[in-house]
Amino acid sequence: MGHRRRRCKRRLLRVARYLFRWFTGTLVEDSVVEDGELSTVCYRPEGLDQLLQQTKFTRRELQILYRGFKNECPSGVVDEETFKLIYSQFFPQGDSSTYAHFLFEAFDTHKNGTVSFEDFVTGLSIILRGSVTEKLNWAFNLYDLNKDGFITKEEMTDIMSSIYDMMGTCTYPCMQNDAPKEHVDNFFQKMDKNKDGVVTIEEFLESCQKDENIMQSMHLFDNVI
Amino acid sequence: MAAGVAAWLPFARAAAIGWMPVANCPMPIAPRDHTKRHDELIILNVSGRRFQTWRTTLDRYPDTLLGSSEKQFFYDEETKEYFFDRDPDSFRSILNFYRTGKLHYPRYECISAYDEELTFFGIIPEIIGDCCYEEYKDRKRENAERLQDDQDDNKDCKLPNMTYRETMWRAFENPHTSTMALVFYYVTGFFIAISVLTNVIETVPCGATPSQKDMPCGERYTVAFFCMDTACVLIFTIEYLMRLFAAPSRYQFMRSVMSIIDVVAIFPYYIGLVMTDNEDVSGAFVTLRVFRVFRIFKFSRHSQGLRILGYTLKSCASELGFLLFSLTMAIIIFATVMFYAEKGSSSTKFTSIPASFWYTIVTMTTLGYGDMVPKTIAGKIFGSICSLSGVLVIALPVPVIVSNFSRIYHQNQRADKRRAQKVQKARLARIRIAQAGSSCTGFLQSKRNDLLNDLLELTGSDDEELLLSKSMSLLESQHHHLLHCLEKTTAHEFMDEQLYEQNCLETTVQSYTSRSPSLSSQDTPIGTCCTRRVKRSSPLPNSSMPLQPSHQHGPLQELSALRIQCGDKLPPTTSRSSLNMKTDEVGLFNCKGGQITTAIISIPTPHSATPDGDGLHGPPQRRPPPPPTGPAAASISTTASSTVFKVSAL
Repeated sequence: MGHRRRRCKRRLLRVARYLFRWFTGTLVEDSVVEDGELSTVCYRPEGLDQLLQQTKFTRRELQILYRGFKNECPSGVVDEETFKLIYSQFFPQGDSSTYAHFLFEAFDTHKNGTVSFEDFVTGLSIILRGSVTEKLNWAFNLYDLNKDGFITKEEMTDIMSSIYDMMGTCTYPCMQNDAPKEHVDNFFQKMDKNKDGVVTIEEFLESCQKDENIMQSMHLFDNVI
Repeated sequence: MAAGVAAWLPFARAAAIGWMPVANCPMPIAPRDHTKRHDELIILNVSGRRFQTWRTTLDRYPDTLLGSSEKQFFYDEETKEYFFDRDPDSFRSILNFYRTGKLHYPRYECISAYDEELTFFGIIPEIIGDCCYEEYKDRKRENAERLQDDQDDNKDCKLPNMTYRETMWRAFENPHTSTMALVFYYVTGFFIAISVLTNVIETVPCGATPSQKDMPCGERYTVAFFCMDTACVLIFTIEYLMRLFAAPSRYQFMRSVMSIIDVVAIFPYYIGLVMTDNEDVSGAFVTLRVFRVFRIFKFSRHSQGLRILGYTLKSCASELGFLLFSLTMAIIIFATVMFYAEKGSSSTKFTSIPASFWYTIVTMTTLGYGDMVPKTIAGKIFGSICSLSGVLVIALPVPVIVSNFSRIYHQNQRADKRRAQKVQKARLARIRIAQAGSSCTGFLQSKRNDLLNDLLELTGSDDEELLLSKSMSLLESQHHHLLHCLEKTTAHEFMDEQLYEQNCLETTVQSYTSRSPSLSSQDTPIGTCCTRRVKRSSPLPNSSMPLQPSHQHGPLQELSALRIQCGDKLPPTTSRSSLNMKTDEVGLFNCKGGQITTAIISIPTPHSATPDGDGLHGPPQRRPPPPPTGPAAASISTTASSTVFKVSAL
């Protein structure tokens, strides 16, 4: 009973306050919106020296990377939307948002919905300066969407479809609907040694190391920075 | 590519590692960064003010002065800086463009000076960001109008060889061109005034004679007024007929507002002449006289302000409409309320809702005649609410109309919105053209280039100047390499829309596969990427002769050729026989004087008997069977072609 009375009183008070403000003409102040995400978050990365220790880049390279990063994201962190936007600029013909999403998940090691410069640079350090095993590990991590250590056919199909989406529709030969699926079957045939329907990290590493093309392509982007 | 995004290209390339394990084919080689050097600071000295920036910042836009090698012309060896003798204030916004990718237009800047700076530095103004683009365009339009007005003022010299009719029309439209026209202008003005005045005085009661009571002058001096009226109408009729004769487009003239006013002004008189003393229609005749007041609108030819007012009202039609609508709504509401409020009181004037309309209108416009007043308390309360709201409702649209009028009055504006829309489309088109390199068409074009380079390498030519790929900036080549990797991963290739549609048409025909422009021949319908690498070493199949220009017209309906000239032109005759592309005969080709033609030729399906018959010499390794003569479905630009040859000639 007291509960209801309290609620009634609160409501009456609010109405009275509103009427009072209306009569006296005070402008209603915009209720201070407690925004969960403030637009002017400023995030500073760890010091240059720490990053030098953590990654395999030189000082100069880190400087160049940070300048580009900060230019595009002045707040110091990338959120998923910006990430997708940036990535889509490179693939004008297709839809790269799904693959960008997977990439974002792979880079966002702290799982907080944003990619800070440290995440960014740590990821890049593995890809560009890591050993082949590390690179393959990173790729495995990318494919393993739920990070449980196994790549299932569904996960692989998702990844494959997202890659094929990036091509768009105007391709030669015409994009068939089951092209990703075929590719996934090929992949599993190659990688899944014990035919149990999932690919573990060991199977993955083993198969990749046997494939010459893959090993060669791992070094393709070494001089990107 | 946008400036900031260029900085992310290394990341996008690194992320491509995700495709590697799933790809079935070997990846293409990455472009080498020969000019790899540490990013250095460049000093730009603009009239003494030094700006500094990174070299890579300027390299983002290679088709501008600062981004290309053109800036070398301004390099000063002693001071090791680039000196530009230009305005340093405008240079700020130009340099910011490189830094942020957005070009802004500073409002204090003169539009023509800014345009000059942009032209000097090779930046197209359409890139101006949306935040500043409106302002820029407005100022530009104003400037253009100013120039136009200046030009118009100089146009009043009489052109020779004008027909009599044209002279007359010009005299009517621009009275200050000749004395005769001026005289005519004033005479008509005078008569309009006289006519209006007589209409007014007609109704004034003249002095009362002892015999009759007061009567209006019109009835007293009927003959005089009739003569005056006749004279005016005569003048107006003559004027109208003369204008009609002189008008360049009579139909257009008859539809114009002014001519309608003229007609309405003189018609009642003639109707009055025709209808004599018929008592029945004399009532109607009197009503027609009201239209004589339209003569006053004829003044608008003489007054600029009146025309502008008319134009304002026309352009504010929506605001006026809103005013009217809201007033009507309010009137109905309040009239209803007042009627029911006053229903109870006796001997009330509010006899019905329409009767209350009058009260509501008078109250809302704050006139308050007082002929109808509410007597009940409820009626008075609602009456006061009515008058308060009336002030509000009327006050709201009025400032809009006022500001409109002032704007038009100051600018003497025409309807520019249509022109602005056209400009918008042109702007987008220009931006698209300028950024063509970053779009996929640029990638496809570069693929063709790449193939040519492969051919060049095959010929063993080691002339540095023939490495045509360097025409592309490093950034672009890296981006294209990335797209190439994606193609390899998915075993599909990018295509532009035209060819894609062709492709789809052909796959329905199902007799063979069409070819993408950049592929060397493939035997399988679904080309595996690997064949490309393999085919590199083998003689290029399908290397039919390049077609001489004479053969290109004729049976061929579409030929899109990419010509890259290296050095002087090779006479076409030599290109035919000796250029059957076999590896052992490669040395025959003298690249120095070569004209490389990559032709993507679509040969129409039904007509050509065989491809050979079209003048292709030499055995093409693969000849697709002539397609069934389905409906040719020849679209305008692309025929429903069946055969797309890749003919490469060296």
